[in-house]
Amino acid sequence: MSALAPLLKAYRAPILSVLVALMVVVLNLWMGTPFTVRLLAEATAYGLIALGLNIQFGYGGLFNFGVMGFVMLGGFASVFISFPRNEAFWVSDGPMLLGRALVAFLAGVLLVWGARKLPLTGLVRNVAIVLAWIVAYIAYRTQIDPAAAYIEATTGWVGGLGLYPVLGWLFGGLLAGVVAFFVGKIALGLRTDYLAIATIGISEIIRALIKNMDWLTRGTQTVSPVPWPTPLPQQLQAWGYTITDSFIYGRLAFLAMSGALLVIAFFLVHRAYRGPWGRMMRAIRDNFIASGSMGKNVKSRQVEIFVFGSALMGIGGAILVSFNQILDPSGYQPINHTFLIWVMVILGGAGNNLGVLLGALMIYIVFIVSDPVAQFVLLNLSGFTEQIGWGAIPEIDSRSLQMRVFVVGLVIWLTLRFAPRGLLPEVVRRDA
Amino acid sequence: MDELVFFINRGVISGLITGCVYALGGVGITLIFGTMRFAHFAHGDMMTMGAFISFLIAGALSAMGVVLPIPLAFAIMPISMALTAVAALGIERSFYAPLRDRGAKPVTMLIASIGVTLMIQGLIRLIFGSGTRDFFGGTEVKEIFRIPTTMFGGTRPIVLTEPQVLMFIATAIAVIGVHLFLSRSRLGKAMRAMADNADLAQVSGINTKMVITVTWLLGGALASMAGTMLSLDVNLRPDLAFNIILPIVAAAVVGGLGSAYGAIVGGLLIGFTEALAVFNWTAVLRPLQPYLPFDLPANLAVVPTEYKITVAFVILVVTLLVRPTGIFKGAST
Repeated sequence: MSALAPLLKAYRAPILSVLVALMVVVLNLWMGTPFTVRLLAEATAYGLIALGLNIQFGYGGLFNFGVMGFVMLGGFASVFISFPRNEAFWVSDGPMLLGRALVAFLAGVLLVWGARKLPLTGLVRNVAIVLAWIVAYIAYRTQIDPAAAYIEATTGWVGGLGLYPVLGWLFGGLLAGVVAFFVGKIALGLRTDYLAIATIGISEIIRALIKNMDWLTRGTQTVSPVPWPTPLPQQLQAWGYTITDSFIYGRLAFLAMSGALLVIAFFLVHRAYRGPWGRMMRAIRDNFIASGSMGKNVKSRQVEIFVFGSALMGIGGAILVSFNQILDPSGYQPINHTFLIWVMVILGGAGNNLGVLLGALMIYIVFIVSDPVAQFVLLNLSGFTEQIGWGAIPEIDSRSLQMRVFVVGLVIWLTLRFAPRGLLPEVVRRDA
Repeated sequence: MDELVFFINRGVISGLITGCVYALGGVGITLIFGTMRFAHFAHGDMMTMGAFISFLIAGALSAMGVVLPIPLAFAIMPISMALTAVAALGIERSFYAPLRDRGAKPVTMLIASIGVTLMIQGLIRLIFGSGTRDFFGGTEVKEIFRIPTTMFGGTRPIVLTEPQVLMFIATAIAVIGVHLFLSRSRLGKAMRAMADNADLAQVSGINTKMVITVTWLLGGALASMAGTMLSLDVNLRPDLAFNIILPIVAAAVVGGLGSAYGAIVGGLLIGFTEALAVFNWTAVLRPLQPYLPFDLPANLAVVPTEYKITVAFVILVVTLLVRPTGIFKGAST
């Protein structure tokens, strides 16, 4: 064993890759090919999200515990761009009312901006800014509230634009990036633990917005079916494929598309890490005071990396919604869309892109499989308790689903305790 | 007059109750931050855990036919507090202490506390299922006090439920207790010293291990109290505290992290602001309608109820930007 240890260390990456590949093969044999392809397609989306977090946390040392918010923004963007148009809305008064709300919003922004630029100082300036905020808020609310009520009462919701889904994915990245820019401007000056709680707050607010803006997202009524960029399995069946084949090939085509995006993103992110930009980011992460004194603009660099990372999260979130064909705001939970991603990054090895990707695939498999496994264990346990006369365990289905939460928490702690740098630790080349 | 009564019933009382819960939770977070320098994210779930422990004991007692003049949940609160305190210490010893001994940075502890959050939550859901429970599902009924306001010319009474009254009393006792502990006892003073400067405290001969132990016991006990009270006021859900972590961290930060008094003030402040932000002002302003140039809308709340969570967040961010040290900067705790 002791002779093996250095070998294990030197060949960590290939060994881990083979292990993960084995996991996929076993899964394929156990659950069947359609299931495996589906899992892989979802895992590519999670891989993109994890890469995004890896940029933020691994390269930049930023604590973003609001991943879910950006993933949701991407999901919304996907629906907005690709869902068929709601013609009833476009011929109603809705666009005009929304236009007025937009004007009120822009006027409010201008007002606050103007108040900040006024040649005032001290208390007077603060009062002016607060007053501007209040006036802007009231102006916006007086316009948006009737507009929202009107749209919800007449045409239901705004609907989509009916464009090609891949455009929706890219728009998801753009939207998440723009929101991240403003969030970053405000929050990135904060200390790590403050940043963590601030980002949790932002993601909860984004969730509240998407859940309650029925006129824009249909809220809890959910939107489906969101179109695919590739032919749906149902379409393939119409072309004469068998049911199993249609699911395999339909999902494979989708996987090819999302996988291509993942490969491009991976390539770019990896190049950036090796280049001067990545070096600068690591310098800022490891000692921002020193890098600041070397002339690097720490704050704006951090905003930059926050925006890039969030854009990747947005794209991943958009792909997830596309693939599952449904936008269900209630389905977003911090556990599935924030902490799961954190486990992927920490376990894979923050700062190591390959590690994070392998970590994403591995954790997603564990996450999905932990449900049937827990079910199996609970069923047996239930049989045992029944035998000894305690009665069966009720609600096994919902309970075993909750096992995931525990498993994710345990993996976080075990990683921090026994492999704090992850399975594939970051490799810093000193010679280059 | 009736408008004022409505304001008291819907605004002041509900603000005071959530404020009490936030204050008790915030004190725990702030004490833990003071001694160990990390934001303990699992605190919300320690509150849920405490609530479920209370629920178990109260349920067992009521199944045995025990009937007391006050709700069982309050009668057994000391037991539940003790159990939760021990559980908190157990969590510290098995999850946080090993990491700290290895020299983990506060940032690592923060991530670890999120892991602990998920583990507690997973276990609670596994054992109790994910449904909603009510302390008053069985034979116990909420006793309701109606304070008449006829002498002031009102027609509607001020409504208070028995748990609410007991909650105010319990919070007051807890706050006074924490104050006496921090200002009079040797350990409390040691805790404040450690919050001010941990290294200096250690070289002055303060037993920092002991202080950490006591911090966890105290934090756990207060968390159990806050959780039980919260579940009495609304109802008992496994994800009860996940939504509350933001307001209680906000309470601690607004008060100044490390300052117990600050957390109490911050908690009440955030509780009130939340209640007043979602309060429907139309009901109060209606008598002024004749003098107003416009019609009052049916619902005039500063923030729609669905967006209540934004209130704590906005307060938090504004505090961090304007006065990151919180209100009680320089206070000795």
